[in-house]
Amino acid sequence: MDMIKTRDLTFEYIRRDEGGNVESINRAIDGVNLDVKKGDFIAILGANGSGKSTLAKHINALLYPTEGAVWVNGLNTAEEKNLLEIRRSAGMVFQNPDNQIIATVVEEDVGFGPENLGIPTEEILKRVEESLKAVGMFEYRKQSPNKLSGGQKQRVAIAGIMAMKPQCIVLDEPTAMLDPEGRKEVISTVCSLNKLEKITVLLITHHMDEVIYADKVFVMDRGKIVMQGTPREIFSRVDELKKYRLDVPQVTELAYELKKEGLDIPDGVLSIQELVDALLRLYP
Amino acid sequence: MIRDITIGQYYPADSVLHRLDPRLKLSGTLLFIISIFLFDTFYGYIAVTVFLVSVIKMSKVPLKYIMRGLKAIIVILLFTMFFNLFLTQGDVLVRLGFLKITRQGLYSAIFMGIRLTYLILGSSLMTFTTTPNQLTDGLEKLLSPLRRIKVPVHEIAMMMSIALRFIPILMEETDKIMKAQMARGADFETGGVIKRAKSLVPLLVPLFVSAFRRANDLAMAMEARCYHGGDGRTKMKPLRYHRIDYFAYLILLIYMTIVIAISVIENRLPSFL
Repeated sequence: MDMIKTRDLTFEYIRRDEGGNVESINRAIDGVNLDVKKGDFIAILGANGSGKSTLAKHINALLYPTEGAVWVNGLNTAEEKNLLEIRRSAGMVFQNPDNQIIATVVEEDVGFGPENLGIPTEEILKRVEESLKAVGMFEYRKQSPNKLSGGQKQRVAIAGIMAMKPQCIVLDEPTAMLDPEGRKEVISTVCSLNKLEKITVLLITHHMDEVIYADKVFVMDRGKIVMQGTPREIFSRVDELKKYRLDVPQVTELAYELKKEGLDIPDGVLSIQELVDALLRLYP
Repeated sequence: MIRDITIGQYYPADSVLHRLDPRLKLSGTLLFIISIFLFDTFYGYIAVTVFLVSVIKMSKVPLKYIMRGLKAIIVILLFTMFFNLFLTQGDVLVRLGFLKITRQGLYSAIFMGIRLTYLILGSSLMTFTTTPNQLTDGLEKLLSPLRRIKVPVHEIAMMMSIALRFIPILMEETDKIMKAQMARGADFETGGVIKRAKSLVPLLVPLFVSAFRRANDLAMAMEARCYHGGDGRTKMKPLRYHRIDYFAYLILLIYMTIVIAISVIENRLPSFL
C-alpha cells in the first residue's frame, strides 16, 4: 500500500469580498497525482508560489481538496474521523522553528504530541527520551527552546513529531530560515531517520543541494507536477529546471556547461568528487 | 540580554519550598492572604510574622530579592498609609494645621502598611519559588472543578503557557523592529511622554502584524500535532502530591487554626490599645 496517494488533487484559494462574492480564484494545486511508497525519501522542488506548501498541508489534513482526493496510509483525508490518525501517522515540520514550538522546555515540547494523543505518562517519557536521542538533542532536554540555534530548534520540532511514532514526516521548507550549519544538521537528521528508522520522508524545499539525497524528486510549477525522476535524471535537465525558476547546484551547472562546450562528462553530476573523477578520466 | 527576561521572576534554588506542589503553594498563598486580614491588633501579626519569616528562611531566596518586590508598590503603600493616618475620625493625638492624627488613624495606617507589605511578600515568594509552567499547571488543576460550569479551564491554562513561551520571542522582535526603525531615523528616546507614546505607534503596528502571523503558524503547528482541546489529553508530567506536600498541608492547617483562634480570642478580650 502506498504511504501517500493523491488523485487529481486540485485546490483553489478563493478570495471573497465583503459581500461574500467571489473576487478571485487562485488555483494553487492543479490535478496532482502523487504516489509515495513506504520508506521512500521524496523531495518536492518548486519556486515560490508553485503550490508545494499547499500540497504539504493536504497530506496533514490541514487543508482539504477542492477536487480529487488524498489518501494517507489508505485513509481519505476528507473524512473527519480519520483526522487524528492521519495527523499522527504523517507528522509535519514547518518552516519557522520559533512558531511551532509550544512549550517553554525542550522535553515538554516533544511531549506535546503524545499528550494530545492520550498516551500514558510513562510511555510519553520513554518516547520523549527516544526521539530526543534520535535527533541528537537529548542533552538539551531541560533547556528553554529560546536558547537553541535554529537548526537545534528544527531538530526539536522533528523530535516532537517522532514522539508521535509516525510512519511519514512531511517537512515544509524546514531549512529556509536556517544558516548553512543548521541546514546541514537538519538534513542529516532527516536522512538518518529515513535510513535507520525507515520513516517515509517528504521534503519540500527550494534548496537544490538538499535534494540529492532523495530517492525521487518531483518538480512543481504553477500547481502542477512538471518533472519527476531520480535526482540524477532531474539534474541532467538543467535548462528545463531554469525555466521553472529553479537553480541547480553549482557543480551540476558547471558540469552541464562544460558538457555543452563539448567535454565528455556524464549527465547530472551531483557532487564535486564526481566532477573531479570525470575530469581526471578526460585528462589523466 | 533581552532573551533572559523571564516573567514571574522565578528564582532558581533547591529548597523545600521549590519542591512543593504548585497547587499547595497557590492555595497556601490564598490562605495566607486571608489570614493577614483577620486581625485588628498586634498579637495576631506576631503569629503571621513568625510564619512568614520562617517560610522566607526556608525558601533560600535572598531577602534582598524578595524586598525588591516592595519597590513597585511603595507609592501605593505610602498613599494608603497617608490617607489612613490623616483622614480617620477618632481621638485626636496630634494636630498639624488642618491635618490631624487620631489614635485610630495611627493604628489603621500601621496595620494597612503591614498588610500590604505582607501581601506582596507572600505572593512574590510564591512566584519566586514556582516556575511559570508549574503555576499554569497548578492553576489548571485547581480550577478544574469550574469546567462543570463551562469555564474553559484547559484553554485558559494553555493560553497562559503559550503567552509565557512567546514573551521572549516578541521582546526580541520588538527590539529588532526598534533598531530597524532607529536605523531609518526614528527617535524613541527624546521628547515628552506624548511624543514618545506617538513614536511607539509605528512600532506596534508591525509587531501586531507579526504576532498574528505567528499565532496563525502556531495554531497550524498545534493542529498538525493532533491538538484537539483538553479532552482525552494526558500529561507528560502530571502533578502528584508527595508526602512532603501532605505535611505542608498539615502545617498550613495548623497555622490557619492558630490565627483563627487568635482572632476569635482577640475579639473577646477588651482592647488594650
